[in-house]
Amino acid sequence: MNRPALRAFAIWLLAMLAGAAIVVNSRFAADMSFFLPAKPTAEQQVLVDQIKEGVVSRLLMVGIAGGDSSQRARVSRALRQQLAVDRQFVSVQNGETASIAAERDVLLKYRYLLSPAVEPARFSVDGLRTAIADSVDRLTSPAAMLLKPYLTSDPTGELYALLSRLDAGAQPESRDGVWSSRDGKRAMLLIQTRALGSDTDGQFAAIQTIERAFAEAAGGEKVDGLSLQLSGPGRFAVQARATIQGDVTRLSLISTLAIVAVLFAVYRSLRLMTLGLMPVLSGALAGVVAVSLVHGTVFGITVGFGSALIGEAVDYSIYYFVQSGRLGAAGWRERFWPTVRLGVMTSIFGFGALLFSGFPGLSQLGLYSLAGVFTAALVTRYLLPPLAGEAHRLPDLSHFGRRLEQAIAALAALRLPALLLTVASLGYLASERSELWHPNISLLSTVTAAEAEVDAGLRADLAAPDSRYLVVVHGRDREAALQAAEQAGAALDALVAEGVIGGYDSPACFLPSIATQVARQASLPDADTLRQRLAEAQVDSPLAAGKLTPFIEAVQAARDGSPLTRAGLEGSALALVVDSLLIERPQGWSILLPLRPAGAGAALEIPSVRVREALAGRDALFIDMKGEFDTLYASYMQEAMQLSLAGLLAIVLLLGATLRSLRRLAAVMLPLVAAVVMVIAGLHAQGQSLHLLHLVGMLLIVAVGSNYALFFDRLAHADQPEPSTLASMAVANLTTAIGFGTLALSKVPVLNAIGVTVGPGAILALLLSAIFVRGRGQGR
Amino acid sequence: MTHLRFLQPLFAALLLACSLPALAAYDIGQLMNDLSRNKGGRAKFVEKKFLAVLDKPLVATGEMTYTAPDRLEKRTMTPKPETMLLEKDSLTLEREKQKLTINLASQPEALAFIDSIRGTLSGNRAALERNYGLHLSGSAEKWTLTLLPSDQKIASLVQRITVSGNRGQVRQIEYLQADGDRSLLAIEPVTTP
Repeated sequence: MNRPALRAFAIWLLAMLAGAAIVVNSRFAADMSFFLPAKPTAEQQVLVDQIKEGVVSRLLMVGIAGGDSSQRARVSRALRQQLAVDRQFVSVQNGETASIAAERDVLLKYRYLLSPAVEPARFSVDGLRTAIADSVDRLTSPAAMLLKPYLTSDPTGELYALLSRLDAGAQPESRDGVWSSRDGKRAMLLIQTRALGSDTDGQFAAIQTIERAFAEAAGGEKVDGLSLQLSGPGRFAVQARATIQGDVTRLSLISTLAIVAVLFAVYRSLRLMTLGLMPVLSGALAGVVAVSLVHGTVFGITVGFGSALIGEAVDYSIYYFVQSGRLGAAGWRERFWPTVRLGVMTSIFGFGALLFSGFPGLSQLGLYSLAGVFTAALVTRYLLPPLAGEAHRLPDLSHFGRRLEQAIAALAALRLPALLLTVASLGYLASERSELWHPNISLLSTVTAAEAEVDAGLRADLAAPDSRYLVVVHGRDREAALQAAEQAGAALDALVAEGVIGGYDSPACFLPSIATQVARQASLPDADTLRQRLAEAQVDSPLAAGKLTPFIEAVQAARDGSPLTRAGLEGSALALVVDSLLIERPQGWSILLPLRPAGAGAALEIPSVRVREALAGRDALFIDMKGEFDTLYASYMQEAMQLSLAGLLAIVLLLGATLRSLRRLAAVMLPLVAAVVMVIAGLHAQGQSLHLLHLVGMLLIVAVGSNYALFFDRLAHADQPEPSTLASMAVANLTTAIGFGTLALSKVPVLNAIGVTVGPGAILALLLSAIFVRGRGQGR
Repeated sequence: MTHLRFLQPLFAALLLACSLPALAAYDIGQLMNDLSRNKGGRAKFVEKKFLAVLDKPLVATGEMTYTAPDRLEKRTMTPKPETMLLEKDSLTLEREKQKLTINLASQPEALAFIDSIRGTLSGNRAALERNYGLHLSGSAEKWTLTLLPSDQKIASLVQRITVSGNRGQVRQIEYLQADGDRSLLAIEPVTTP
């Protein structure tokens, strides 16, 4: 190695080491944040928060199948017993009748501060007479047993009023004292993890703990065939991460091995092959470094895109080694580098368009590829020539190149069919345009149809909530937030009365604002006044006023007592409810009020317009999670369309400015557009649901394919035959197709979509460029 | 709704122990045989509750319909309309626009209690003897069946259930609750079809 080469190598090595240091210290993630908006609206922020830390994202649904009903019930009990004491879980429910003494005591103790019925009128003579008569009437009910013990201390029925406000909602079936599926074939549990939904490690550990506890409990039953089914957002996150990690390793390995094989077949030299991989390695590293430095977190999917980058980045060294064989480095730089550089720039424009996306995943993919391609090109241009030296000897490919030339001449016969096919594809797409793009973001999820089915089955059997509809209010402190929740609650009460919504939950039900509690205290008469009013009210009642001393004492105690605070709920499950809906943030407090649709059954909708109308003028936000997701995806899609068009325009302008001929520009663009049209028509015809990443793939076909079209443009305008150019293109196209094609093997829809679009697209771009290329000199 | 689901046992537990009607023999086997032939029908009822805390008994009236073997509907008309429907393992209460369904299978004690009614109405001796000791007196035309809980948990709800009737028709059910309060359900069939 001579001195300049040594120096270049040293600089490269240092840069690589620095890059490696950054990568080692980078944070990698494989969670939903890939899809969550970088600059969310207020509504989208709620969506993001719910996905990352909401209660629903922390619920795991568990089913126990196999064995008989009593065995399943025993395993369910054992599981609950073991998990309930584990710090990893906030609550473990299986339908066992747990002790509810703590909750009943809280409701009873604070009934006059909690009950919405507590108003001055209720404690007037008439109010008392009516309320107590109602309570006595209620004793004729089959439900009397529950009320009778409280009759003398709570004759106005506040406990009953509080209980009535609790919506029991749909309840799972029960067998042998524990929850079971509707068909009775599995026992069901609902578990809330302490780990946030965004804490994939925590979710993983929690799921492992559940699986271990199940194995132990099932082992005790000494029967085969007991199995555990588990689903929920945490499970999906863990599985998505495993899928992505598996894919990253698998795809990179496949792509690298295939490309190494191709390179070795062409170069027949270990040294050249190693050198040829240097730009690839540099590019892949630079991509991760750039993403890490700009975004802080590197998504697993981004790294997975590396296998495509490998196929693309290796092209430059192939061009160099194959084309410079006869010319030497200087000659290559002069004759071929401008064409390669133009190809690099179109790729950079293509990937660069994605940088501006508000979809963080897409923006990362753009930055990763851009940095990777750029670095690979730089390394090829400045490092390979000095390192490789002048004396690299490749097997002679010109024979291969000449064969290709003959093939291309023959391909000219396909011009008309290719044109017809393009027009036909275009017509087909035009006729199908209304149903071309799938409007649902779920297509991008790694959750398989089978997993979604298990999830839906468990969810239906547990009647588990999806918390699709939420009202969110804010306040600078807890008191202000609770007051806002009470005001929003008043508006929602009206909607419940009208039957627009089925009901809602509010932490203010169990923890009213101090203002409300003080107002209720003020409604309570003092002991003497109450005694007099009772004597008057109860004259004709079967319940004599004289028996109501416990009532008078309780009212007196509530009047003199201090308001209920969060601490007063400690130790009861009510604290859990309040905590999950009341969220402290750096800028104040937020309260979530989940809404339930009116009626029973699945897939019920709430008329958003009505709720928004009712809440108008209040500082309350109504959110339909599904609607937000749809809107979010629609905005990503629209933005991707705009960015793709902008990228396409930039590429066309760049090519136009360089080629300086409309005809040549048209000749370069025709095969690219034809390739895009055919690929998309083909995918749609095969029944693939096209989504955002297919759209991005279209842009990448143009960005990547333009390399070939440009070389054919060169060929058409060259003075002498260049069989080595053709040979290098064939090899480079093969590696690119391998790189992107490998992505088509991915189970991650984001990568798969790009793979199935760009893989075939790259090959078609080359073929069509060859078909449409005008014979040497014809273009003049 | 999620957050409140844990409160269900509260509601359900508080609701248990409700009073429900039942049917009953001379020789227990004969009585059960007669009862099991009753495939159901409609009846008016008058229910009187004697509670220590109240100066006067509470009176409720209405109609009940029994369909063998496990459907019983009790419609209270006065003083407040209320419907109770017992169907297989589910108990549904409807009152003042509120509807509550309780799955009895998840409440073993409630189930045992309900079985006293269901077992009597359908003449299911095995079900009755699972939780109660049975004592029969009188004749086929005027019999009285006494059920004494054998399980401590049930005994903490009800001391004794006394059912009387003629042949396969239950006429009166008396519940003596653990605290000494008592309810008396008189049943008058409305022409058996």
